[in-house]
Formats: sequence, C-alpha cells, structure tokens
Amino acid sequence: MTAISLPRLNADSLATRALNGILKSPKATIAGICCILFVVIAVIGPWIAPQNPYDLMQISIMDAKLSPGSQSMAGATYWLGTDGQGRDMLSAMIYGLRTSLAVGLVSGIVALGIGTSLGLIAAYYGGRVDTLIMRLVDLMLGFPTILVALMMLALIGQGLGKVMAALVLVQWALFARAVRGAALVEKSKEYVEAATCLGLSKGRILFGHLLPNCLPPLLVIATLQVANAISAEATLSFLGIGLPITEPSLGLLISNGYEVLMSGQYWISVYPGLLLVALVFSINIVGDRLREVLNPRLQR
Amino acid sequence: MTVFIIRRLSQSLLVLFITSIIVFAGIYAIGNPIDILIAPDATFAEREQAIKALGLDQSLIEQYGTFLWNALHGDLGRSFVFNQPSIDLILNRMPATLELAFVALFLSLAIGIPLGLWSGLRPNSVLDETVMTGSILGFSLPNFWQGMMLIMIFSVWLGWLPSTGRGEVDTVLGMRTSLTSWSGISHLILPAFNLALFKISLVTRLTRSGVRENMPLDFVKFARAKGLSERRIVSVHVLKNIMIPIVTVVGVEFGGIIAFAIVTETIFAWPGMGKLLIDSIMRLDRPVVVAYLLVVVTLFIVINFVVDILYSLLDPRIRLGSAA
Repeated sequence: MTAISLPRLNADSLATRALNGILKSPKATIAGICCILFVVIAVIGPWIAPQNPYDLMQISIMDAKLSPGSQSMAGATYWLGTDGQGRDMLSAMIYGLRTSLAVGLVSGIVALGIGTSLGLIAAYYGGRVDTLIMRLVDLMLGFPTILVALMMLALIGQGLGKVMAALVLVQWALFARAVRGAALVEKSKEYVEAATCLGLSKGRILFGHLLPNCLPPLLVIATLQVANAISAEATLSFLGIGLPITEPSLGLLISNGYEVLMSGQYWISVYPGLLLVALVFSINIVGDRLREVLNPRLQR
Repeated sequence: MTVFIIRRLSQSLLVLFITSIIVFAGIYAIGNPIDILIAPDATFAEREQAIKALGLDQSLIEQYGTFLWNALHGDLGRSFVFNQPSIDLILNRMPATLELAFVALFLSLAIGIPLGLWSGLRPNSVLDETVMTGSILGFSLPNFWQGMMLIMIFSVWLGWLPSTGRGEVDTVLGMRTSLTSWSGISHLILPAFNLALFKISLVTRLTRSGVRENMPLDFVKFARAKGLSERRIVSVHVLKNIMIPIVTVVGVEFGGIIAFAIVTETIFAWPGMGKLLIDSIMRLDRPVVVAYLLVVVTLFIVINFVVDILYSLLDPRIRLGSAA
C-alpha cells in the first residue's frame, strides 16, 4: 500500500493532519473556534449589528461619547458605549472587523500567490533566475515590514487598494523563500523525474506536482501572515497613513479613541483594541500549533 | 576576512544604490516631483524658478545624476516647515531614537533570556506553557494599542509615570541622554517597555528553543559527569552556545526596533526621528520624508553589515562557508 501511495495524496491528508493537530490541543481548538466565529461575525455583520454606524440617518450626535451600557435618545442600549460622533461602538467594531479581516485575508492570499509562483520558479529553474529572485527576497527581508509599508504609503498616499498593495509587497518574499526551500528538496525526488519522463508540461509539474508537496510550510506561514497583515494594517491606520476614514478598520477606531484616552473615555479605544488582540492572538495560536504539527524545523 | 569584508561592503553599496534608484523612481517617476519638492503655497514664479533650480526640465537620467550627486554631498533638500536642511533635522533627532532603541534592546535581553532559560529547562510544564502562550500574546499585541494601554494604566489611572515627552536631558561625554536623572528615566520606562515587548517574546522563544536543543547534547552530559553544578552548566556552557543565534537575531532585529520606534515615538510623543517622520508625512513636508528614507536605509545597511561581521567572528564556520 505504501509503495503505490503517490506523493500527491499528501495534499489531501494535509487538511486532516492540520485539523487533527489543532483538535488535539485544547488551546488551539478554542482559538480555532474563535477564528471561525470572527469570520462568521464579519460575514453576517450588517445583519446582526444594532445599527449601521456609517448611515448618518441612524446616528445622533446627541449620543456622542456615552459610556458603556447607557441608553440612547431613542431608548436602545449602547452596550459598549458610543464614540465622538455618537456611533454605537459595538456596531462600529463589527464593521471594523469586516474591513480588518478583508484586508488581512486578501493581501495574504495575493502575496501567497505571487510568492509561491516566484519561489517555485526559482527552485525549478535554478541558475540566474534563482539568483535574481532570491536576491530580491533577501533585499525585501532585510527591511522590517512596517518600515517598507510605511515608506510605500508615504510615497503613494493612502487608500484601501494601496494598503493592500503595500502589504502584498512586504509579504511575498517570505512565501517565496519558504516555497523555494521546500521545492528544492522535493525537486530531486523521483516523482518529479517520473513526471518529466512522462512529458508533462513544466507548468503542470510545477503547480500540479511540486506545489502540493510544498504546502505544509506554506499553510503555517500563510496563517501567521494573515495575523501580521491585520496587525500591520491596524498600525498603519493608527499612524494615519493607512485606510481613509471612509473605510474604518479596527486600527482606525482605536486611533479615534487615542485623543480622548487621557480624559478617561477609555471604551472608544479599549474595546476595538481587545477585539483586534483577540483576533490576532487566535490566529497566531492556530498558526503556532500548525507549525508544531506540520513543520517542526520552523520553530522560532 | 578582508575578502569577506570587501565582498559584504560592495554588496551593501549595491543595495544602497538600488534603494536610491527606487526612492528616485518613487518621487520623480511615479509621483509628480513638483508636488513633492516644491511647497504647495508657492507662487507661479516661484514654481518656475524652483523647477529650473531643481533641474526638473532635464531628462530623467540627468535628474537622477543630480539627485545622486546632491545626496552624496549630504544635500537631501530643505524642509518646507522648518526651513532647515532636512538631513540636519534628522540627525538632530537621531540620538533620542537610538537611546530609546538601545534601552529597549537591553530590556528585551534582560527579560527575555531569563524567561527563556526558565521555561526551556522545564519543557511542557505549566510554567513553560504559560510563558510560551504569553510570548504569542506578546507577538499579537499590536504595538500601538499596547502603548495606549500602558499610558491608560500607568499614567491616567495610577499616575505613576509620565506619558509624553523626554524629560530632563543631560550631556554626558558629548552625548545627550536622559538616563542621568529620574525625570529622564521615568519618561523612558513606558516607551522603552512598549518597544521592547515584541522583542522580549522573540528572545524568550529563541532562548527556550536553544536550551532545548543544547540540553541533550554530549557536552552537557560531559559537564554533568565532571560534577559541575547544574547552575554552572546552564549559565556558562549552555548560555555560551545559545548566544550565537541570539546575537544574530537581535542584531537584525535592532533594525526592527528602529522601525517600530516610529510607532512608539508617535504614541509617547518621544522627540525622535520616527515622530519627525510621521509629523512630516502629516504636514506634507516631503523632503524630510525622503531624507528619512535614505538615512534609515543607510542605517540598516550599516547594521546588517556589522551583524554579518559579528556573526562571522562568533562562528568561524559561517565565514568559511561564505568565502568558499
């Protein structure tokens, strides 16, 4: 049975291995459930949020800066208080979670695509292509993420698309390096030789056969990178060079509360911050567990 | 060794050169250099004059030549806001940032190494689990929010420590430092801890995995057989061996500390170059932004260079591997 099991099957068992690994650790299971919960809340957000905090008809400036649990003019309760414009914090946080998660996931996935392709190409072709790509990777990784993203945004200005582009720019190199490392090991194995002998196209060998076997380290990095991207976006938005006020993420909500923190209106920045930490922390716990299960060599 | 240094140095120069092209492309080719380099409130005549003076009517190649020539002579433009050479502004603010960064680095080692040793020697115990989960939390707490919480707790609620500014600054041996008076130190504690937390987590994890890798090795068994106390084995022999990865990573991460100082300085109003950068971005003072970029890239190249040299001195195997 072992003799006929093709390496390609690893791709299927990867999900099982990852899932089993997570379920075996109570800590990771709870974190995983939290992650799913956050995604669900983000998706159905507009239907469960008490109000649409960006619909001017629904908010009243008379309700500004109310403390948690107080009543609105209309009689509804603001469980987490309101911000300077009279928006319900709970609703604002649900909408912010949507933006933060979307930015993290989209930029992570695009970076994964670009980085994986370049890493595979570098490993498969070797020689000058490899040197060129890896030099670029070294150059990128030589500078801290936040600095590169900040500089890029300082030069090109702010906006949702630009923030995502900046986050892709700072993330792809990690994926490329990981895939290249894994692919170099896989490349010398017999199934690649067999595929070449069968006359399969290069694209098919690269993406159909090499890639599935390089997935474990990718899954680990992808998970951790989504957390990093969310955190980076929040930081950039806090510094005022990330998302514009029209696309409020959790980082921007926290930033709004920064000015009034000294005067004791803690809830405007504390609650969105707690949500952000819970989100990033859960993703990181799951990622850390995946690293233990799938890739013991990657230990930090 | 000389060959190694020359090779590294030429690589560094290449990186600097490439960066200058990217920066140049960023300002001159993608954006509109007139908007970036000329104050927005300039009159039409002033604009025309500035375009001539800056050579913006020349070809891109010629412009790059001028840009490079000026940069090499330390001329990175004048700040619109302060009307001073932007390079002077940045160099004036740099000592404050470096002081903050070094104190944060010291904190991360002073807290991270003992924590890592402590949990690495008791693998899979409750304590180990707590420290490891704590370190993930340390990674997950966004720097800026954690800083705000520090201010809220220690400045607003407890009133123990000041939340903004640098406090008293003295000159010691030609360096301006706030480490000589309580006023200075009390202003430094919160920002330094804020900046250090991420690195504390990193050093803890590194130390822990180093301890776990080294403890089963023969030299530890030998030291035990010789009858050395466990304390001496860990604090002298094991620690020496795990210092190599720690020194390297910490060296590389020093750059990260300087980058994150931008966030810390903004929250705690620390008068360093990171705050200057954010203020300049907000005021559209672009020559300062450009100058900061070039100064920081140079700083990074120097740091990476020094770390490489240090690394090869600490571990001769690396040097041989690179030179071969």
